[in-house]
Amino acid sequence: MTLAVDGTEHTVDVDTRTTLLDALRERLGVTSVKKGCDHGQCGACTVLLDGRRHLTCLSLAVAHDGAEVTTASGLGEDDELHPVQQAFLDHDGYQCGYCTPGQVCSAVGALDELKEGHPSHVTEELEGEAEPTEEELRERMSGNLCRCGAYAGILAAVRQAAGEQEVAS
Amino acid sequence: MRELTYLEPDDTTEAVAAVSGDPEAAYLGGGTNLVDHLKLGLATPSTLVDVTGLPMDTVEVHTSGAEPVMRIGANVRNSDLAAHPVLRAHLPVVSRALLAGASGQIRNQATTGGNLLQRTRCVYFQDTTTPCNKREPGSGCSALQGYGRYNAVLGASDACVATHPSDLAVALAAVDAVVLVQGVDGERRVPFADLHRLPGDEPERDTTLAHGELVTGVELTASPASRTSTYAKVRDRASYAFALVSVAGALDLDEDTVRDVRIAWGGIAHKPWRATVAEDALRGKRLTEDAVREAVEAELADASTTDQSAYKLPMVRNTTAHTLLTLAGQAGDPR
Ligand code: FES
Ligand code: FES
Repeated sequence: MTLAVDGTEHTVDVDTRTTLLDALRERLGVTSVKKGCDHGQCGACTVLLDGRRHLTCLSLAVAHDGAEVTTASGLGEDDELHPVQQAFLDHDGYQCGYCTPGQVCSAVGALDELKEGHPSHVTEELEGEAEPTEEELRERMSGNLCRCGAYAGILAAVRQAAGEQEVAS
Repeated sequence: MRELTYLEPDDTTEAVAAVSGDPEAAYLGGGTNLVDHLKLGLATPSTLVDVTGLPMDTVEVHTSGAEPVMRIGANVRNSDLAAHPVLRAHLPVVSRALLAGASGQIRNQATTGGNLLQRTRCVYFQDTTTPCNKREPGSGCSALQGYGRYNAVLGASDACVATHPSDLAVALAAVDAVVLVQGVDGERRVPFADLHRLPGDEPERDTTLAHGELVTGVELTASPASRTSTYAKVRDRASYAFALVSVAGALDLDEDTVRDVRIAWGGIAHKPWRATVAEDALRGKRLTEDAVREAVEAELADASTTDQSAYKLPMVRNTTAHTLLTLAGQAGDPR
């Protein structure tokens, strides 16, 4: 099967039982995607798969032949950090950093969903536009746990990135 | 994990033939439940037939009749369906239920069909070291005497007290969805109430589908009640948790008299529990809190609880009252 990971094409033989997460980490050596729970409960393994945030531990690799995967290390351009990455640095959005690549990918995906007009569980008016309020961002980031409890910094970082996106658009 | 053959069929006929003809084959959708079950040893298929490449990934809206009809392909992802403008306008309960489930990532992966066929999160079902009749028929039910906080309070049996975990299914029960199913003998339309079953003495069977029958889509018809509808979910944390109790409600009022009402409960039974007794008690009555509570009491007449699950009864009473009174407020406020 082939996978494009952070702009590099890979061709790899995988056992049908291999998850996308294990294919990335163990077969391709892409360690910017993390294994936390391996059961879809923590978000550490989040990447952007064909542009959308996705848990790689809950996917079989063979089911994603030809997919385009972006991990946290593929986000920025050249030496420039992605605005979400910069925001995590600015606000200390981490402590040990283990959940961070997943948090960052999830935040990028969540902000895209917000821009596309996707509602969330806390959106008051289903037919209106959701705003990147603190409540919205908390809800939209709820699939990413942080064992260090760096949530205050994570939330501040995602708010900053959301604000920049609004200004830019 | 057992060795796995992975197949990508060209069309639904090929997919149905592949699974129907092999008792050890299973369909693979978004994988959010099944891939975990492969790892946990809860599912041990020898062949997976991946249906995500099949052309069942669109939402068609038909507006020629009196009410809009949505035909939702089984592969439509939960996040895309929740955001669909026609669903948000005409059947908000379905959108709300989807948004109350799982996380942003999982909603991007999970499919409409797969969501309905996900399996219980009963802690014993998921633990292969304990007896569980649903996982291993005849082995016994550990939840009867064990940790019972999540147990069913209506329609359970001596063999199984598990609850159905889907939020979407509760909403679809409330709006009388029709499930489109393809089998070796052709297609059939399954009224939503007939899709899931109570455990009886066969708790290993969650649904009435035969092995190899494929859910190809779901059909929804809007109604005055479905336009004033919502979903309330009570859980242990604010987000990303399964329901302890949930309520899908839809309401159509004539002044303050109930013309139509739909109530379905999650977290209560082995299947999404459509509260038809309560609905019948409310139809034609003035919608007051007392009327709702009386109707709910009638629905709960046969409830059976333990010390650990008894909290669910006041929870479902209060959540149902809150949901319907909130909807009544909306109905009375012309938007
Ligand atoms: S490792 Fe995938 S969600 Fe935890
Ligand atoms: S920074 Fe340590 S787990 Fe989040």
